[in-house]
Amino acid sequence: MGVFQSSPEAQRRHFMQSVAKSVFACMTALLVLPVIAIVGLLFVRGGSALSFEFLFSAPLQGMTAGGIWPAIVGTVWLVGVSLAVAAPIGVLAAVYLNEYAGDSWLTRIIHLAIVNLAGVPSIVHALFGVGAFVLFFSLGTSILSASLTLAIMTLPVIIASTKEALSAVPMSFREACWNVGATRWQTIRHVVLPNSVAGILTGVILQVSRAAGETAPILFTGAAFFLPHLPQSVNDQCMALSMHLFTLSTQVPNVPPQITYGTALVLLLVVLSVNTTSIIIRSRVRRRRRW
Amino acid sequence: MRKGWSKRRAALERAKERAIELLIAVCGVSAVVFVFAIIYFVFREAAPLLFGGLDFGQFFGSEEWYPDSNSNKRYGALALIAGTVSVTTLAMVIAVPFGLGTAIYVSEFSTGRVKETLKIVIELLAAIPSVVWGFIGLVALNPLIIDAFGAPVGLNVLNGAFLLGLMSVPIMVSIGEDALKAVPDTYREAAEAMGATKWQVTWRVLLPAARNGLLAAVLLGVGRAIGETMAVLMATGHAVHIPTSPLDSVRTMTATIAAELGETARGSDHYRILFVLGTVLFLITFLVNLTADLAIRGIKKR
Amino acid sequence: MVSERPKVQFDKLTVRFGDHVALRDITLDVRHNEILGIIGPAGSGKTSLLRTLNRTLELTRGARVTGTVRIDADDIYRLGSVSDLRRRVGMVAPLPVGLPMSIYDNVAFAPRMSGVRDKTTLDGLVETCLTQAALWDEVKDRLADLGTKLSGGQQQRLTIARALSHEPEVLCLDEFSIAIDPVTTMRIEEVLKELKSTITILLVTNLVQQARRLADRSAFLLTSELVEVGPTEQLFGREPKDRRTFEYVHGMFG
Repeated sequence: MGVFQSSPEAQRRHFMQSVAKSVFACMTALLVLPVIAIVGLLFVRGGSALSFEFLFSAPLQGMTAGGIWPAIVGTVWLVGVSLAVAAPIGVLAAVYLNEYAGDSWLTRIIHLAIVNLAGVPSIVHALFGVGAFVLFFSLGTSILSASLTLAIMTLPVIIASTKEALSAVPMSFREACWNVGATRWQTIRHVVLPNSVAGILTGVILQVSRAAGETAPILFTGAAFFLPHLPQSVNDQCMALSMHLFTLSTQVPNVPPQITYGTALVLLLVVLSVNTTSIIIRSRVRRRRRW
Repeated sequence: MRKGWSKRRAALERAKERAIELLIAVCGVSAVVFVFAIIYFVFREAAPLLFGGLDFGQFFGSEEWYPDSNSNKRYGALALIAGTVSVTTLAMVIAVPFGLGTAIYVSEFSTGRVKETLKIVIELLAAIPSVVWGFIGLVALNPLIIDAFGAPVGLNVLNGAFLLGLMSVPIMVSIGEDALKAVPDTYREAAEAMGATKWQVTWRVLLPAARNGLLAAVLLGVGRAIGETMAVLMATGHAVHIPTSPLDSVRTMTATIAAELGETARGSDHYRILFVLGTVLFLITFLVNLTADLAIRGIKKR
Repeated sequence: MVSERPKVQFDKLTVRFGDHVALRDITLDVRHNEILGIIGPAGSGKTSLLRTLNRTLELTRGARVTGTVRIDADDIYRLGSVSDLRRRVGMVAPLPVGLPMSIYDNVAFAPRMSGVRDKTTLDGLVETCLTQAALWDEVKDRLADLGTKLSGGQQQRLTIARALSHEPEVLCLDEFSIAIDPVTTMRIEEVLKELKSTITILLVTNLVQQARRLADRSAFLLTSELVEVGPTEQLFGREPKDRRTFEYVHGMFG
């Protein structure tokens, strides 16, 4: 035992340190656990329902039998149309914020608006959708109304990740382009955007996942409990996976559990796989920079 | 002649660019337009009742919510407000220690692969749709709570709070971790050079330094919990009354809108009172987000 | 032969960043087809002077420019299109920047942006500019490689090739050699000596010997002011007009 012998004080501190670390580690573990538990539970109870027939046939006998095909189709419609609206607006908004706007009061207000758009409760978005699209613009309860509501709700996701992607492009590239006479837009179009495509894609994919999972905003704007036909245009109503899960688990009596669990599992798998894709793209981008 | 042609083409190019830049600017301010549109259209449907006979004393002071009654309609939202407050509060009791604890663990105690994996798991946690959470509350937590506490029903404040807690943790972790990351490494190095352990550094140096950011993290979690709809709609049990224990069933403001809007006739008082609830929700979340944003800005300025 | 008619005229040019004065009342002519060396310690305003000339200075927040700058007879702050101006002025920044695209596209970028589409024209232009920048032999077999993957010295020559690609009348170089090795520096210096037969060159450098080797005339900036301008031999000789010039070029400060 030499000079470095631990004093009781040092031992106490060391003990505190390990206690703190273990406590935080446990907390983290308790957070990770539910994800595994939920996915596990849904797999165990819903996995058996997953079949070609379940995915590709319509609900039968008052939704107590059959599959979920119309709900899948409806979700694709809703996500597709909302994406077509939100992606261009969101990307261009991020371009404005990152490439044109300086640090002015207007920028601050825009930033605040984006924060709010992300923070407004989904049910308030639903009320907005009813008041604005369904009634005021007379679009009725339709895929269009629901998708527009979803688009506005998910806009912040696209803006945030696009902005991050754009700001990762070094300033020196822009200056080099300006130096040879390229205009601001030419620089954005030919250098900034092509080099942030992957990051933008991440945001777009996240938007897809958000839009696919939302229920409240589409409840009163375009999603239906049950429809015998697949939608033909954006003016039709549609079923949706998220809505279908809500309906099966709260509104319809005597649904065999594996149908409900199967629906929940499909919805969860769609959302998680879309998210995982986005994570994979993001880590690829970080590894494969072109500069 | 060729010069005249190329000049005209250059002018055309310039006009095209102006048009594109105008479009970009329009999209840039679109978020502001949308926020005002939300205020306008929600308020528009609420206004006739708000300025035409809504008894504010009753709205905020009574728990008698009988919007459908034929003889005596009463719009006392106190029980709904109490529902939101109780579920949110209990959710925060669960989420704040876990959220901030995990933020500290991810930011200060984990490195490399573990850190990356944790961040991914938390991102996936955030991605689980609220209707799936509600379903879990319904089929998994419900029987669990009945067994564990001998409660008659498991759809109650505790169930909803547990779900909301888990749902608001991810945003707390990510904002909290950002706040801790923003504390300069020189602080850590200086404190460790004086012989402090990592835990002491965290407790005495990092937490005070990241105070504002952590506050913002908690506030954003609160905002998330207040606004959550589907999970509480499915898991808290539809009882319009002021809870006295975590095992009581309640109904939140968000769940009320979701449950009743489909059954109301457009323009009826019942329909409008739901938009009034929406307006109140908007104002609450607006204030929460504004405060959080100001707290975050505080750090960035420094 | 050095013509006496000025190619570039700075007249009472003052640049401010907020309250800070970066250049004060600079009046300076640059003659046709000369290399004008601009020397001075760090922070004396050399870079700001160059950046007024292609109007990239105004992209810096809070920058204000007063006075006039002319190229030939044109007041550049009254020109309609900044892009047209920037095509007349080539600019090489201190740190080499390869754009994240192929070597070929790096050089063809500016011509394409100004509307050149013809493949043969572009091919010719790329070869000429890369040759002028003494890079052609090293990259002619791999024009499709990324410009960002070249070495620092090669990227700096690529930057010069890009600056020449829009056939500028004036070429500005801002401490082009700080990030590259001496051998490459010497090669680029040879390039510059050849280029001045067709182009007017402004060479900002903190290496006084580089100015001495290359410049026909030199200008000495100190704390935002123009101390002295004249033939290089005069500034570097025994008797420059100002004592401070003598002290700076002989390494007594700076």
